[in-house]
Amino acid sequence: MGVEIVVDGLSKSFGKQLIWGDVTLTIPAGEICVMLGPSGTGKSVFLKTLIGLLKPDKGSIVIEGTDIASCSERDLYEIRKLFGVLFQDGAMFGSMNLYDNVAFPLREHTKKSESEIRNIVMEKMDLVGLLGTEDKLPGEISGGMRKRAGIARGLVLDPEIVLFDEPDSGLDPVRTSFLNQLIVDLNAQIDATFLIVTHDINTARTVPDNIGLLYHKHLAMFGPREMLLSSEEPVVRQFLNAQKVGPIGMSEEKDADELEAEKDQDLPPLPPIPMQLEPSNGIPRRSQRDPGSWCKEHDVTPPPGSFEENMSMTTGA
Amino acid sequence: MSTLTSARIFAPVGTAGKLFAFGIDVFRGLFRRPFQLREFLQQAWFIASVTIIPTALVAIPFGAVIALQVGGLIKQFGAQSFTGSASVLAIVREAGPIATSLLIAGAGGSAIAADLGARKIREELDAMMVLGIDPIQRLVVPRVLAAMLVAVFLNGLVSVVGVMGGYFFNVVLQNGTPGAYIASFTALAQLPDLYQGMVKALVFGLIAGIVASYKGMNAGGGPKGVGDAVNESVVITFLLLFVANFVMSAVYMQLVPPKTG
Repeated sequence: MGVEIVVDGLSKSFGKQLIWGDVTLTIPAGEICVMLGPSGTGKSVFLKTLIGLLKPDKGSIVIEGTDIASCSERDLYEIRKLFGVLFQDGAMFGSMNLYDNVAFPLREHTKKSESEIRNIVMEKMDLVGLLGTEDKLPGEISGGMRKRAGIARGLVLDPEIVLFDEPDSGLDPVRTSFLNQLIVDLNAQIDATFLIVTHDINTARTVPDNIGLLYHKHLAMFGPREMLLSSEEPVVRQFLNAQKVGPIGMSEEKDADELEAEKDQDLPPLPPIPMQLEPSNGIPRRSQRDPGSWCKEHDVTPPPGSFEENMSMTTGA
Repeated sequence: MSTLTSARIFAPVGTAGKLFAFGIDVFRGLFRRPFQLREFLQQAWFIASVTIIPTALVAIPFGAVIALQVGGLIKQFGAQSFTGSASVLAIVREAGPIATSLLIAGAGGSAIAADLGARKIREELDAMMVLGIDPIQRLVVPRVLAAMLVAVFLNGLVSVVGVMGGYFFNVVLQNGTPGAYIASFTALAQLPDLYQGMVKALVFGLIAGIVASYKGMNAGGGPKGVGDAVNESVVITFLLLFVANFVMSAVYMQLVPPKTG
């Protein structure tokens, strides 16, 4: 079972520039969360702060009773063993082949014999569909394969928390769908807490249990998927439906003139909420909720056509 | 405004402090188990392989120049019988460590900085930290130790090749007497000269390894950042090594009395 991450009042700035301030959220154990945000809002910085690669200026991140923001270097290395992280480009060690890359954490942290290591590595390689490429060097394979190899390496230590830094950047739509399915299946299988940082709306609409949106140096909203997808909040609505009308401009915020100009423009109606992606074996995940249950509980009428099977996945108007 | 100016003035102090702190981290990593023997041997072999041939090629003209200069000068003094001794002294005491420092910083250090810099921008170092492994213990300590070991050996190589070069130029080109050249070897030079050369080389390897690793691990901003890091590491190492060489020579002169007779 995964581990809960409690983030409280987190702020980070580089020099005088504030990246984001006062971010407070709780990432529930065992659930899949997506952190969204326009480019350059510090999503990757947020991820790196969660694993203690960057120190926040203020606030705390508590995992299993340890505050990552203020604990000692030694505790940090201990707590990081709970994590599996997929970096944007996989971050494979260039001097080792894929097998050694995936076996690396096992060889460093466990006293397993080479044959046990071989079994685990082959199992994980199979999971991400990379059997047969063990002898390749990271430089010899495509970006998508590097990403999948990165996932395999992140999983060998059976992590309680798995972080994905833009798993879908630079992948074609088909591979992205496969990867999303893989993420859902993995969550069903290992019950770890998942956090995905992305700006792919399709992923955000169909994969997670919870969605967070970073915008304009703060956390605009964090909550269950259906809450954000049915939200009328302009920023959330604009971003989740990929529209030009709304407060987000090409560079950060729109100015007063631009907002004035589009004052009379009506936002197009909210598109229907799609079904959540289910594990491929059909057995629901532990943290999975029935479609529409949040809307029912909170007396929110979902947009017409929501939760229908085989609905179109297109967003925006 | 004043804070900005003072920040700018004290920036080098901050950098020096960070470098020193990094050095202490490396020192602490030295005693943490498990020791990365495999990485150490690989790196030692790697550094040796990029430095041995350039070092030997640098050492020959180095020895020759000293032989020419000292040979000419000593002839004017009318002390030809000490030619061999003087050039051995110059090579073992100064030329050896200096040539070593040039090569260990220029060839070894730049390779270390480039390697770690590339790992840094590919997020490999981050990935390693996330996997719960300290890159200082895993990567930097073996590299620094390897640089120290190879530096000591290079110093020996420079001394031998330099003395041979000096012998060749003195005997063949300046018509010196082979017997006199060799016989006078021990007239001025003494064993502590050799020791101090080795100690110098050891310290040079340490400085070169630490500066190169520090610069490499703090590279930033894509491929250009790596290039800058390599460039800076070589320049800084040169500066530090020549200062360290001067200080150690001065201390040695005070501590060990020159041989007489």
